[in-house]
Amino acid sequence: MEFQQPGLNAAGFLDELYRHEGMAYPKFHKMDHLCKLGILATEILLKNSGHPQKYRDDETGVVLSNRHGSLDVDLKYAKTMKTGASPALFVYTLPNIVIGEIAIRHKFKGENAFFVFKSFNGNFIAGYVNGLFESRLIQCCICGWVDFLGEEYHAMLMLVETTHSGTDIPFTVANINQLNNANHE
Amino acid sequence: MQTMNELMDQLKRQIIERLNLKDHTPKDIGDDAPLFVEGLGLDSIDALELIVLLQQEYNIKLSRAEDGPKVFHSVRTMAEYITEHSPEKTTA
Repeated sequence: MEFQQPGLNAAGFLDELYRHEGMAYPKFHKMDHLCKLGILATEILLKNSGHPQKYRDDETGVVLSNRHGSLDVDLKYAKTMKTGASPALFVYTLPNIVIGEIAIRHKFKGENAFFVFKSFNGNFIAGYVNGLFESRLIQCCICGWVDFLGEEYHAMLMLVETTHSGTDIPFTVANINQLNNANHE
Repeated sequence: MQTMNELMDQLKRQIIERLNLKDHTPKDIGDDAPLFVEGLGLDSIDALELIVLLQQEYNIKLSRAEDGPKVFHSVRTMAEYITEHSPEKTTA
């Protein structure tokens, strides 16, 4: 699913999408941009998926990756250090906080991990998530790419399950890379 | 010189801006409503932001951490603390 809103800057786009999705989650406004992007992408991914009814809290994992880590908020925090460091910004100066925010929002308690790569690495994501499945640590995983820096942002999330129906896309490296490329052109 | 009501109004605007309470207006914040848990539902990180707000906007440093819950109970208790500790006194 692709969203575009001409004329809005990146921050404005996130707020507009929040309103469009009809989310009533006041904590959203306190988050940094990376977390907002991850929360919104997850919201859209899970909408109408039937996910909440299918799995226990500890059966869903979250495995995310990006290029710029938490650099967007790191830079903002560094600026506040001159006049008085902001605790509200400091708490977001780690990229895996986006996983925490998603987990809090959806009450996920399964395995999770965040990785920083130069570019999207479908091979690694497939291997890591399949490893979690093979170890029977989780039954379902939200995984993919969530990146935000300045006015540049990109999110591509997948909902991967051990049980599947005939309409699902097989979780292969080729399919993952194809999905990412299709959403990043 | 600023009255207590003016100071409370100013505090409400500053709290909304600093804590990114975009769904709130100053009218939504009662003078005596609890800021934490109930009311605005602020959390521990918000408490740290309010301490920074006092330092940056009013040049007041919370000297004793144990005073925090009392000082930050409501907008009125914050205003009273500022009035008591600020070099620029407000009028009643």
